Amino acid sequence: MPGIMKKRYLITFASVVLLFLLLCLLFDAGLLGRRSDYFNGLLTVGMFYIIVVCSLNLLTGYMGEFSLGQAGFMAIGAYSSAIVTTLISDAVSLPAIVLYLIAVIVGALVSAVIGLLVGIPALRLSGDYLCIVTVAVAEIVRVILSNVGIPAITGSATFGKSFAGIAHVSDYHYVYITTVICVAVMYCYIRSRYGRALIAIREDRIAAAASGINVTRTKVLTFTISAAFAGIAGAVYAHYITTLVPTYFNFSKSSEFLAIVILGGSGSMTGSVVAALILSALPQLISYVVPAFVSYRMLIYAVILVVVMIFRPGGLFGRREFSMAGTLEKLTSRRKQQAA
Amino acid sequence: MTEEKIPVLETKSLGIQFGGLKAVNDVNIKVYKGELVGLIGPNGAGKTTIFNLITGIYKPTSGSYLLCGKKMNGLKTHQVVKEGIARTFQNIRLFKKMTVLDNVRIAFNKNMKASLLQSVFRTPYFWKEEAETKEKAMELLKLFKLESFADQYAENLPYGKQRLLEIARALATDMKLLLLDEPAAGMNPVETAELKESIKMLRQKFGIPILLIEHDMSLVMSICERIYVLNFGEVLTSGVPSEIAVNPDVIAAYLGEEEEGDDSDA
Amino acid sequence: MYGLNLGSVYALTALGYTMVYGIIRMINFAHGDFIMVGGFTLFYTIPVMNSLGLPPWFAVFAAIIVCVFVGVLTEQIAYKPVRGQSSTTALITALGMSLVLENGALVLFGSSPRNVPPMFSLPTITLFGASVSGQTLLTLGIGIIVMLVLSLFIKYTKLGKAMRAVPEDKTASTLVGINVNKIITITFAIGSGLAAVASMMYTTSYVSIKNELGITLGLKAFVAAVFGGIGSVTGAMAGGLLLGIIENLVKVYMLPGAYEAVTYMILIIVLLVRPTGLFGKAVSEKV
Repeated sequence: MPGIMKKRYLITFASVVLLFLLLCLLFDAGLLGRRSDYFNGLLTVGMFYIIVVCSLNLLTGYMGEFSLGQAGFMAIGAYSSAIVTTLISDAVSLPAIVLYLIAVIVGALVSAVIGLLVGIPALRLSGDYLCIVTVAVAEIVRVILSNVGIPAITGSATFGKSFAGIAHVSDYHYVYITTVICVAVMYCYIRSRYGRALIAIREDRIAAAASGINVTRTKVLTFTISAAFAGIAGAVYAHYITTLVPTYFNFSKSSEFLAIVILGGSGSMTGSVVAALILSALPQLISYVVPAFVSYRMLIYAVILVVVMIFRPGGLFGRREFSMAGTLEKLTSRRKQQAA
Repeated sequence: MTEEKIPVLETKSLGIQFGGLKAVNDVNIKVYKGELVGLIGPNGAGKTTIFNLITGIYKPTSGSYLLCGKKMNGLKTHQVVKEGIARTFQNIRLFKKMTVLDNVRIAFNKNMKASLLQSVFRTPYFWKEEAETKEKAMELLKLFKLESFADQYAENLPYGKQRLLEIARALATDMKLLLLDEPAAGMNPVETAELKESIKMLRQKFGIPILLIEHDMSLVMSICERIYVLNFGEVLTSGVPSEIAVNPDVIAAYLGEEEEGDDSDA
Repeated sequence: MYGLNLGSVYALTALGYTMVYGIIRMINFAHGDFIMVGGFTLFYTIPVMNSLGLPPWFAVFAAIIVCVFVGVLTEQIAYKPVRGQSSTTALITALGMSLVLENGALVLFGSSPRNVPPMFSLPTITLFGASVSGQTLLTLGIGIIVMLVLSLFIKYTKLGKAMRAVPEDKTASTLVGINVNKIITITFAIGSGLAAVASMMYTTSYVSIKNELGITLGLKAFVAAVFGGIGSVTGAMAGGLLLGIIENLVKVYMLPGAYEAVTYMILIIVLLVRPTGLFGKAVSEKV
């Protein structure tokens, strides 16, 4: 690894660990007092939003295709992982961390497999048509989940219109680490030959093929990876909320994710992280103070979305990335200049 | 030029029909090792269509084509590139929002071996390969005097440099045959002269055979060893530049197009 | 018969999608929401008509006015500034406008469904041994008339010809003296007017409306438009009617709960097998 990169990675890693310790201090040491539970709930929600929004950004920002069905893959991850963990915990009693890991892995795998099966035929399409296919897939998932109940699949949980009694194992410590790993993996994917190929396809499909890139394979691979991460987000959500209803994963949810990607800046991972965190937590915080705000939330997003499209089509952050190391370097160089 | 030698590129009565229109019909072209062959003809004669056929963008409806004796029909574009045919485009197709360096790096992708897991977990092999690729790409950029632009977006390059970058990208695919589609289109005389030097340099340094579509007759006549003249999708005639220049059929085909306009053809 | 009824609602909605897509190559996600707007207008104006002593179906004119207003406003405020931007920007803007209308309605009218009062009181008629409600026949009749008028309009009037010319070549259209912006606005006005008629047809058969009506209806109608070949007026009509019939058959005879899944499966299959739909034209990329 080149020296400068090593330094940057270390700084990023250190800031991630520091933030984790800070959170532990806030929540575990009870510095927030009785509001602690409320805030750590917000944080958990914010974090699975981060995962699903980043996964969507892989498609939107880097592959240049729109998906309005990300909630569908989240649903697949949520339901598949919940079924498996419920079956397991009926049979044996496992520690929370193991159950959590199983949930995340099942969610990722099942969602990835479906993503692959959908992606292989669907990615022959692009643009508006592909977008509509993703809507259709998500709607099919939702309709099936709300109608084709598998009654009495498990002893303790009911399945059908709503699926309750899922083990509450999405502890925010685990979720934090999961989120960090997910975002890091997606970031590294983008900053590798795979990501370069993907961006080349976005820029010019024909020139990419004429430079030796297997366009179809790169797109299907990315679609599958994106589905896998959406599945992880679903698994985290299921084991946090403990009761699943199919209507949660509707078209509006998918639109909300897409809106967050766009507002954060499609093609900026840090933009997605920041936007996901703010836009999932802020409305909750506001409605804590002004209860009527809940019904205005999506309206405000939508208006902002349209305004941003008209005045700043690249999103608020554009394609820029924020780097802790880069910022530190800038600060120190400025200080050196001032000292000189 | 001996006939026993296997040509680098050989098309055998290659043709394609769009609806009822025979855009390319019964075309037989041969390019031998180290040769620079020109492909000329009036607008709409089917020159670019031949390139699209050879690079797998269109599927031929008749005939076949071979690279070093290997049949290439039915391969997809990226497979054709892997076999060793690289091209540039008439209407420059760069990755505009990628850096000049990355535009070239892309072309090394097909030979890179770092797996998905190695890339994602940043193993030492990943870093080694990235560094090597970057170095190779920089070397290519230096050849075309583009190294100082390496970190700029490709779209910000001046026009002539964009054409050169496209050639550099094509070279990076490590090919056996290079197809250049009107590289001088839209260039001013200075840029054209620069291009001419670059093409000469390519041949001296790498000895790659080139098939060149060009409307700039003085360029074609001065650098090509052989020329094929295409008209209405068929080969009208072929020969060395001095023969072509005085061939009455060729002159007739070009009548009304005397100024050898830079208009793009279909 | 019920399928035809539903089908003509889809067909009329699909027409709105197709007209806009045909002219500016943009999926107007907000189109379904125009119908929702029309529905709410009917809900509020029918009692007014009643109290004024006018026939209740006069409310349709109010709905048309409101829908055209909302449609043209949407086009002028949101879509016009992003014209010329990438198609992805247009797509997101359209989605944004859909969300604005849907959630605006949520804020204004709440999330509980409303029942639109009846506009017509028609007897049930017996046709070929089957009893058919007058409403169904009327809806069907209006649908067919509107579609016929529209296709004649597009085919034979000067304005209609201009509407067909613009998508072929914007620059050339400007050169031959067509005011492209005006044509696009008129297209939106007609599309939104159709949405108002569709909302009348919808409410006479389904009665209940709510703010989320636009999404489901919009998606289905979009499926119909794609099914028939997006950009084609005949396609939209055929696609809408076919979809309505298929959906109804599936609902009655096969999967009462999951018939929507079948609708979306049809969409996926059509897109994969014949992306241009039944009547659409293929557009290939130039290399």
